[in-house]
Amino acid sequence: MGEPRSQVSSLLSVCDSTTTSQPDGGGGDVKDVKTQPHLNSEAGNFSTGASAAFSVSTPPPSTLPGMSFHGSTARLSEARRVAIFGGTHGNEMSGVALVNLWIKNSDDIQRRGVDIKPFIANPKAVEKCVRYVETDLNRAFTPENLSASGGDEFPYEVRRAQEINRMFGPKGSPEAYDVIFDLHNTTSNMGCTLILESSKDHFNLQMMNYIKKAISPASCLVLLNEHPLLKYSTCRSVAKHAVGLEVGPQPQGVLRSNIFEAMRVILKHALDFIELFNEGMEFPPCTVEVFRVNERIDYPRDANRNIIAMVHPNLQDCDWEPLNPGDPMFQTFDGKTIPYQGSCTVYPTFINEAAYYEKQQAFVTTRRETLAASSIRKA
Amino acid sequence: MDVDEPVCLPRLSRIAVCGGTHGNELPGVYLVRDVLKLQRRASEGEEDDGEEHTSMLTVLSNPRAVQQCRRYTDTDLNRCFTLATLNGPTSDSPPYEVLRAQELNTMLGPKGGPGAVDLVCDLHSTTANMGLCFIAYSDCDWICLHIFKHLQRRMPDTPMRFIHLGISGKESYSLDSVGKHGFAMEIGPQPHGGVRSDIYAVMSAGVRHMLDWVGLFNSGAVFEGGWVDVFTLVKNIDYPRDSKTHNITAAIHSHLQVCPCRNVRIQISSLEVDKLTSSPQTQATIFFKLHFF
Repeated sequence: MGEPRSQVSSLLSVCDSTTTSQPDGGGGDVKDVKTQPHLNSEAGNFSTGASAAFSVSTPPPSTLPGMSFHGSTARLSEARRVAIFGGTHGNEMSGVALVNLWIKNSDDIQRRGVDIKPFIANPKAVEKCVRYVETDLNRAFTPENLSASGGDEFPYEVRRAQEINRMFGPKGSPEAYDVIFDLHNTTSNMGCTLILESSKDHFNLQMMNYIKKAISPASCLVLLNEHPLLKYSTCRSVAKHAVGLEVGPQPQGVLRSNIFEAMRVILKHALDFIELFNEGMEFPPCTVEVFRVNERIDYPRDANRNIIAMVHPNLQDCDWEPLNPGDPMFQTFDGKTIPYQGSCTVYPTFINEAAYYEKQQAFVTTRRETLAASSIRKA
Repeated sequence: MDVDEPVCLPRLSRIAVCGGTHGNELPGVYLVRDVLKLQRRASEGEEDDGEEHTSMLTVLSNPRAVQQCRRYTDTDLNRCFTLATLNGPTSDSPPYEVLRAQELNTMLGPKGGPGAVDLVCDLHSTTANMGLCFIAYSDCDWICLHIFKHLQRRMPDTPMRFIHLGISGKESYSLDSVGKHGFAMEIGPQPHGGVRSDIYAVMSAGVRHMLDWVGLFNSGAVFEGGWVDVFTLVKNIDYPRDSKTHNITAAIHSHLQVCPCRNVRIQISSLEVDKLTSSPQTQATIFFKLHFF
């Protein structure tokens, strides 16, 4: 017993360099690499012939608004309006504390040429220190909810979603904010995780690459949720570029100083990237390792839907480590092991997130992938 | 007085194991579901000689809070067991937890009365990295201290501490104060709203060993006295707060590991069940030495 093996380790001694030229450290076994003509020499790090989970995907030329290609460099609009959301879930304390700090004193988030707005997304939930009051705000930004008309008959969070959409959107329109950072904590041992909603968002991919290099050797992984059934309508999806930041492990309703610092450092680098981009810096093509959401795994339950087993001790706290077919997955209350019976190795995350018991999720499985990002520059 | 002479205490005929006193502390909630297995354990150590056996109640203390996965719905149940709250007049619309405390007092008490259960073990989990802690009001409840010593011997790999609150019986406020003997078993670190298999395993083993000890005690075993290190609460320390908004303005420093406690060593007498009478008996006066560290 004792503290879980920490994945938020040497983040406080991060290197402050803004270099973007280091190759994205691949590592791991690779098979069937599909080389593409436009990938740069960094891809030469990958070797062929061994087993399992890498594949290299090339995003096709994108039709995202505000983006054009000049040669191989994508020209994107400046990111002038940026928001930082804390308290989307009212009991995830790091974001609440950071946003309140920056509302009171915005010195650390000032950047040339950018308007940065810190914002408490769900103030009623924050006041009660609960995840949500009536319904999960971070699932509420569906097209149906945002376009619905009416008043008090809607749950509080649906009305709040409409208000946020008016302030920072409308979602999908040219007036929407350029970037929203959405700050979350998890009880899972995920370390620092950036959450990406589109594999075609070159701006976000370049930002995440920048952040990963800046904090190296500390690590920050990227979770990609593009799964047609498992993706959901987040608060941050109102903006043109949605960036989720999840840091754990931290219990709900609790503030841990190391988790708070890790989140603060990542945001610092993210804002630095935006400032550099707006000043005209060109970011060369790069590859970004991501973990793509694959499947949701629920707890074993009885006929009354009660949980009858817990995450196995061998899997507990092992976010991002390979889970092979036959490996222990759950342990019943009387000690029996239930193994993972998938057909291939996966990388589980959000392991034993307390807030997901009600969402029927013990963990999600992911597959490792490398995405390629075009060179980008402001238009 | 010869501290090696065993103290005789009445058998523990009725025991209550309570979970979900705080509705989001799930290991205890899941553990009290395993009723039959625990009951079997309690009666295993006893001879089939026609004498009365131990009866064990498992209690889901705050079902409404458990259903909502919240610590409490109106007010903290584990602060509602003062004599004033239990016996006092209730307002027109009393908080749910006050009514529930009165129900539990009827079921397990009444507190301070001869019909109260002999032992209450109230299961809790904490986000703090505390290992397994016994939390008790008294530093001379030999039943609780001996159970603690027994668990220490049986679970040597589990970090285990005994916390003594130093509050008199009249001021006691928690569920475990309803029984003639009682303690809270607090285990961490465990985020609220979830259950870790390692934490559950420790809690399950702790309860199992406690029931083993009860079975042995009721069968007439003599437990040797000795020394027990306890931690006595000195002070509660709040976070630094903004004077106007009362919001927290600082977090625990990453170097801080434990809250300040004074460590005290207590000598406990050896103990055995009083076979001659089943009526409550006053304890003999016990001399004990206190060594301060």
